[in-house]
Amino acid sequence: MTISPAWAERPSRAGGLVKGIVLTLIVACVLFPIYMVVLTSLSTQETVSEAGGLVTVPGELSFAAYAELFSGGVVTRSVMVSLGVTLVGTAISLTVTVLAAYGLSRPGSLLHKPMLFLILLTFLFGPGLIPNYLLVSSLGLIDTYWSLILPGAVTAFNLVVMRAFFMNIPEEVSDSARIDGASEFHILRKIVLPMSKGVTAVIGLFYAVGYWNSFFNAVLYLNDNAKWPLQVVLRQYVLQGRSLFSGQTGNVTVVGQALPPSLAIQMAIVVVALLPVLFVYPFVQRHFTKGVIIGAVKG
Amino acid sequence: MNTGPAGDLTSPAGTGTTKDDGKRGARTSRSSRGPLPARLRRDWQLLLMTLPAIGLLVVFHYVPLLGNVIAFQDYSPYVGFVDSAWVGLSNFQWLMLDESFWDATLNTLSITTFQLVFYFPVPIMLAVLLDSVVRPRLRLFIQGIVYMPHFFSWVLVVTLFQQMFGGAGLLSQTLRDHGYSGFDLMTNPDTFLVLVTAETIWKDAGWGTIIFLAALAAINQNLYEAAAVDGASRWRRLWHITLPGLRPVIILLLILRLGEALNVGFEQFFLQRDAVGRDAAEVLDTFVYWRTLLTGEWSYGAAAGLVKGLVGLILILVANKVAHRFGEQGIYKRS
Repeated sequence: MTISPAWAERPSRAGGLVKGIVLTLIVACVLFPIYMVVLTSLSTQETVSEAGGLVTVPGELSFAAYAELFSGGVVTRSVMVSLGVTLVGTAISLTVTVLAAYGLSRPGSLLHKPMLFLILLTFLFGPGLIPNYLLVSSLGLIDTYWSLILPGAVTAFNLVVMRAFFMNIPEEVSDSARIDGASEFHILRKIVLPMSKGVTAVIGLFYAVGYWNSFFNAVLYLNDNAKWPLQVVLRQYVLQGRSLFSGQTGNVTVVGQALPPSLAIQMAIVVVALLPVLFVYPFVQRHFTKGVIIGAVKG
Repeated sequence: MNTGPAGDLTSPAGTGTTKDDGKRGARTSRSSRGPLPARLRRDWQLLLMTLPAIGLLVVFHYVPLLGNVIAFQDYSPYVGFVDSAWVGLSNFQWLMLDESFWDATLNTLSITTFQLVFYFPVPIMLAVLLDSVVRPRLRLFIQGIVYMPHFFSWVLVVTLFQQMFGGAGLLSQTLRDHGYSGFDLMTNPDTFLVLVTAETIWKDAGWGTIIFLAALAAINQNLYEAAAVDGASRWRRLWHITLPGLRPVIILLLILRLGEALNVGFEQFFLQRDAVGRDAAEVLDTFVYWRTLLTGEWSYGAAAGLVKGLVGLILILVANKVAHRFGEQGIYKRS
């Protein structure tokens, strides 16, 4: 079912083979680590110690690592934190971005130019780490979840992409509603947004992924480990290999209980960090080119 | 930063206009003239909609921008901006004499250079390869896979690399099983450049293809047909049609990348600084972090951040000028 044009000669066998191998390798490079991590997280103690590291060949499967992680304690708590921050943050960011993108999508409107200029100018010069920190701390946001949400709540790039998309919607569509007396809010909700589902989904994903992955802001602004989001936990217990269960109140493991292998637990944390992205991604992915490129192109 | 390249994607022949105001003006009835009260009555809803975003940007971007004054002070959080003593440029003088600052600068620049040579061409090659996959379903599938790592956090990426190439990682393990000595790529300062570039490629090369795929899709298919009829081989078509078609995008992204030379990213280096050591992994961003938040030398850190920001600004402006010289749009329009 190739749709190669009539004038193109059929690819040579060797050429096609080489291309196939290269593409398979590329795809494998992405998928293989994920496969091994997932498999290890699902393996029993014996399988893991037999493999002496990551498990490549499926042995006996076990959900013990996940049961351990979600029995309350550090990881459970951090997942809740990350989920909460992601949901609240994405809702705020998307709302603010959609509103502003629409508000700025009518050139000629009052103050349209200076406001757009103010937004575009943020591309050029960042305030720097220290002034940001001082601001967040003087607003009293240190050790609050707002410190993960508010400083990056609006991304100028996302706003510009969205605005460009809205500008591509023919004015006549909304004008007819305007003549019927619809308010701008109404037009945005009933006409513009339904026509922009793809780009909204993509920008929403960008924001959500940003919040889910937020790591550095948490390191900067959260001193209280009880508030750590998942990425910080991932760094502590997996990357730096600190012990997950020692000295953690509220997570006392019964001595002598058959613990799931620690590597399996570590990999289970990795999978938990990975999962939402893997889960949401396929639904949004098909909009990438359409939503973003077309948006960015007109920016 | 990614807004620019596009201009010429829509109008490869330079026909279409991307100046939205001009284009809009032709078909919109919204006038930018008229008495203020009337315009306010007409546009207050739009203004109201834009306010939250502007508010957030002012508070979290423009206000901290002013906070940079502490670079000229001997700032103490207990005294505040207003009462901290002014010290002129002495923080900057110290900075210029600080060897570790120059080490961080050198590291940043060598990482930028290395990535420019070894990372930059990868998305282009990958895009050409992906573009040659003609079965739509297969192509969408592969694209979906290669875009994906872009959405993983740096912690995750570094963790995965550690599991593959670390001392207890898969590769080392396999080598040991076969009688070779294991190694630890994750803690070796000498190969750090290779490591971070490999990580960047794994994470972002796929995502980087999007812009090139769009450019490839904009190339007139008739050119290929005509060339094929004239007897041009696949490689000649690649050389004489595909690459020239990509040229504007390549040049533009290259220029923009140069404008971002001091921004190599924070988290990737922050995460690996302990493992490979300061000498290899300290970049300007991590320098500011470690020098300030751990020692409380706020003013010094702010000075370092300000220098980086200013040099970055100059680089962007210069890059944009160059982009305009090449007839491209740059990140902002020439007005």
